[in-house]
Amino acid sequence: MSVQEVLPLNGLAKEQSGQFRADHLLVAEMVKPGSKVLDVGCGDGDLLQLLETRGVDGRGIELSREGVNRCVAKGLAVVQGDADTDLVNYPDDAFDYVILSQTLQATRQPKVVLENLLRIGRRAIVSFPNFGFWRMRLQLLIGGHMPRTDNLPATWYDTANIHFCTIKDFVELCDTIGVKMERAEALDLYGRPLRLRLPWWVWNMFGEQGVFLLTRGGGK
Amino acid sequence: MVGVKSVPSPAISADDRSHEVDHPSSQVAQFGAEQPLRLDCGIDLSPFQIAYQTYGELNADRSNAVLICHALTGDQHVANEHPVTGKSGWWDTLVGPGRPLDPRHYFIICANVIGGCMGSTGPASINPATGKVWGLDFPVITIPDMVRAQAMLIDRLGIDTLFAVVGGSMGGMQVLQWTAAYPKRVYSALAIACSTRHSAQNIAFHELGRQAVMADPDWHNGAYADQGIHPHRGLAVARMAAHITYLSDAALHRKFGRRMQDRELPTFSFDADFQVESYLRYQGSSFVERFDANSYLYLTRAMDYFDIAADHGGALAKAFADIQTRFCVVSFTSDWLFPTSESRALVHALNASSARVSFAEIETDRGHDAFLLDVPEFLDISRAFLQSAGKARGLTGKND
Repeated sequence: MSVQEVLPLNGLAKEQSGQFRADHLLVAEMVKPGSKVLDVGCGDGDLLQLLETRGVDGRGIELSREGVNRCVAKGLAVVQGDADTDLVNYPDDAFDYVILSQTLQATRQPKVVLENLLRIGRRAIVSFPNFGFWRMRLQLLIGGHMPRTDNLPATWYDTANIHFCTIKDFVELCDTIGVKMERAEALDLYGRPLRLRLPWWVWNMFGEQGVFLLTRGGGK
Repeated sequence: MVGVKSVPSPAISADDRSHEVDHPSSQVAQFGAEQPLRLDCGIDLSPFQIAYQTYGELNADRSNAVLICHALTGDQHVANEHPVTGKSGWWDTLVGPGRPLDPRHYFIICANVIGGCMGSTGPASINPATGKVWGLDFPVITIPDMVRAQAMLIDRLGIDTLFAVVGGSMGGMQVLQWTAAYPKRVYSALAIACSTRHSAQNIAFHELGRQAVMADPDWHNGAYADQGIHPHRGLAVARMAAHITYLSDAALHRKFGRRMQDRELPTFSFDADFQVESYLRYQGSSFVERFDANSYLYLTRAMDYFDIAADHGGALAKAFADIQTRFCVVSFTSDWLFPTSESRALVHALNASSARVSFAEIETDRGHDAFLLDVPEFLDISRAFLQSAGKARGLTGKND
């Protein structure tokens, strides 16, 4: 079963969807067409380009100059900036969605960043690699070394990812800061959503990454 | 005796330069007594004229007009041979067939700024009240005054909304002033190597240049035109000092190093032994061929006074509140005149206004002048920004 079949995106031709990353397709599907979106840590702008096909007014922040310049050269509204320091410049409610895709674990203050996401945006979409994934656990348990995967190939000493968490950890953080989960998805090793409504511990074990649609309020 | 050679005299006569002041080799828009230019200093300038150049054709729905704002010592001759120097257009890397601003797709306008000396009314023009050259009787002008005059020209040309306003350095200041003063008339803004306010260091450099002009005995308190002379030496020194700020240590080193000029050994004199000295002297002497000394004083002053935030209660974001204009801000890593930090402050203010903004810092060792040079990454980004704005504006397919 291909990802495209799992995630039919309105307005996106089938042959087009193959060029986009599975988690991007899932994120794009969570965004209402025509809305205003900020992508924090937008990399080369692939997700923003995908969102543009859905009539989204997209903006981006990217840390690396090379990434920013590639985005701007694609005509995207992207600025050089740091999720930890530059989100404070944005006013409340500036966006319908703020997306943090595979970046949370690289921020210095994930909690503050998450709070900012939901101040700037009415909703936030956060995806991150799940450190509770069974392969990670196995590498640490049996191998006795810091886990490395195809998606996270860096060694412990040169990784930019300084705040790894598990799906379970993230759910607890959302509770702590009063963030409501509108939708949660776990993707397996191949980027396919785990289809069944399984208990959290299963997701935490078999989800290679988690994708969450968050909104204000809720929690404890 | 120590040999001394001063800066060489210009090869072009003062007549060539002053001829352009009143009879520019471009189109001219005259504004009579019924349309005075209201200046920030409180004076109504009238009559006045704006000399401007256009490239390409205005389309049927008047949606493809692009205004280019020139820098301190630039003029309206963006992409054609200069009538005084005979050199090619000062921005032909950006403007021309196949370039990011292609006259086959856009109607491109560039006007000499008010206070300039290439045909728009300025201190070198004749004051109609006295029949003599204005000189220091010309009122002090500001960047907002320049933009107000440009808006009158755009009205005259029957254009409501500009597809893009584009400029670097002082031109970038005008771009930002356009968006702050006429946000609804600017669909997209490309502001390069500029700032929302002139820094203390830049004011200091300008003061150095002005003092060099004023220290020249030929300046005659600005009334040199009455004497039929021009303070070449002072203006050349001002240009030499300014030119250093447009480059970078790395660029100067790469271009010249400590290499000698047409000699192997030092002459033990104050002759231009080093290539870099010879280069600067050339820059100084070629500049005075085409530029008026008083104009230089007025335009540097206008830049010094520029501070958009101060005009909006001290909050930069207020200047751009709810703005719909699409922005692209570009800075260069080695630009120490308008460093990236200045652009970043602008971008933060635009973010705070939820404006649609792209911001790229280009890595280059060519300093502030990089925006005028063939820097492919900068040109690619400009092209992509304009194309994407053109698509949103419905100019699709015409601007590839």
